[in-house]
Amino acid sequence: MSQSTTIQQTPLHDWHAAHGGRIVDFAGWAMPVQYASIVDEHNATRAAVGVFDISHMGRLAIDGPDAAKFLDAMVTRRVDNMRPGQIRYGLMCNADGGILDDVLVYRYADGTTIFGQAEYGLVVNAGNTPKIVDWLTDRQIEFAARLRDLTSETAMIAVQGPQAMAIAGELTDGDISSLKYYTGRQVNVCGVPTYVSRTGYTGEDGVELIVTADDAEPIWATIIDKCVAFGGRAVGLGARDTLRLEAAMPLYGHELSESIDPVAAGLEFAINADDREFIGRDAILAARRANGGRVRVGLQLEGRRAAREGSTVLAEGKVVGEVTSGTFSPTFGRPIAMAYVDRLVASDGTELAVDIRGKSAPATVVSLPFYHRSR
Amino acid sequence: MKPEELKYAKSHEWVSISDEGGNQIATIGLSKFAIEALTDLVFMELPTIGQQVKPGEACCEIESVKAVSDIYSPVEGEVIAINEGLPDRLETLDSDPYGEGWIAKIKIASDAGASDLMDHATYEKMCQESE
Repeated sequence: MSQSTTIQQTPLHDWHAAHGGRIVDFAGWAMPVQYASIVDEHNATRAAVGVFDISHMGRLAIDGPDAAKFLDAMVTRRVDNMRPGQIRYGLMCNADGGILDDVLVYRYADGTTIFGQAEYGLVVNAGNTPKIVDWLTDRQIEFAARLRDLTSETAMIAVQGPQAMAIAGELTDGDISSLKYYTGRQVNVCGVPTYVSRTGYTGEDGVELIVTADDAEPIWATIIDKCVAFGGRAVGLGARDTLRLEAAMPLYGHELSESIDPVAAGLEFAINADDREFIGRDAILAARRANGGRVRVGLQLEGRRAAREGSTVLAEGKVVGEVTSGTFSPTFGRPIAMAYVDRLVASDGTELAVDIRGKSAPATVVSLPFYHRSR
Repeated sequence: MKPEELKYAKSHEWVSISDEGGNQIATIGLSKFAIEALTDLVFMELPTIGQQVKPGEACCEIESVKAVSDIYSPVEGEVIAINEGLPDRLETLDSDPYGEGWIAKIKIASDAGASDLMDHATYEKMCQESE
């Protein structure tokens, strides 16, 4: 594959630039980190609704009679019994159990046309898309399956928050209120064919929409107008990060990497290891049996100074772990962090310390997620 | 203080130098541009009185939801006063960055860094170009 140094733009780039979006390079994409205040964007999502351009996420379609069998061999989660419309969160691992990426596997609902003939799809992390495309391309040869990268010809928009379903419902021809969590189907949103799924990365209820690149800007503009009327707004990657951190959702490159296995990451729910084979299975079973090493925990700190990625976690002056993500939580008004720590100090309530740029700050292990939305 | 009458460091600190009893005293703070770029301030650490500072070295820090940033002293010398209440009312940095939002006063020991300071017009131009 040729290595491109060009920064990619989503179909909504001009809108972001024209609306005060502060554009940064994120995983090779020019993305808005914020439009104004991260805290305001965060709070709008928790209180009403936030709209996110997530077109940088990789969207892959898998065609062919062996599509399910192929994905089943690649993903820690069972794929071959998925029903049309279902979506599952899973991991792609290497043979050592190291996490290559965390992915959503889609079995497209009956009647879906916007992905061509494909019956299955994947949504992968932006920074991992080239790696995953290469990984799958090298392995699809044994299967009657074909991979297509639809990232540049489509766009993806997340609408998240307590008002998200009402807003999405008003803009949709047909009923989406019956859409269950982790399911999707193709409907018309603002009159254009859209794959709507009840998924998200904020800890709120809501939907993620996939449309063709050409349809992206008009549908985005209509959704924004509607959301503003409900007290919502466009939200950049800055608040996307604080929202997902409060919801304790792992982020690749922070909580997940090729040197971390799904057991350490606390993602047992995403492993279906019974009666099936997939890449990394043996290593994952071995990690389960070993029951050692560090595990992912939540930390709550006092004061206002946040522990950040790379901060050392200490117990009685001894290094017992490292922070992988940390911020000042807008919802709780205090610093929170996720960290990997030794199992002996991983239970809730354990009093630890974090070295924040040379100063020790008390930190307490707390159960994840930090934030549960009220239902 | 009027922003037009201040000098600015490349790292977005402003400085105002006055003569007090034969000593050159620098008052420093952060520019409006810097405060707007940081947004969502949550924490600030002031320098300590008696601390020796010099250009290019971090003398204290400011933290937003997104990240931590160092604040650099534009001059060399000793910290003789700090704006004690500022960390408890960080909004002052935004509402009055060149007045109540001052950070510290430094007794200047040498002219190190002086030639790197910009006047207001040059600083404004640098900020516009970085946007």
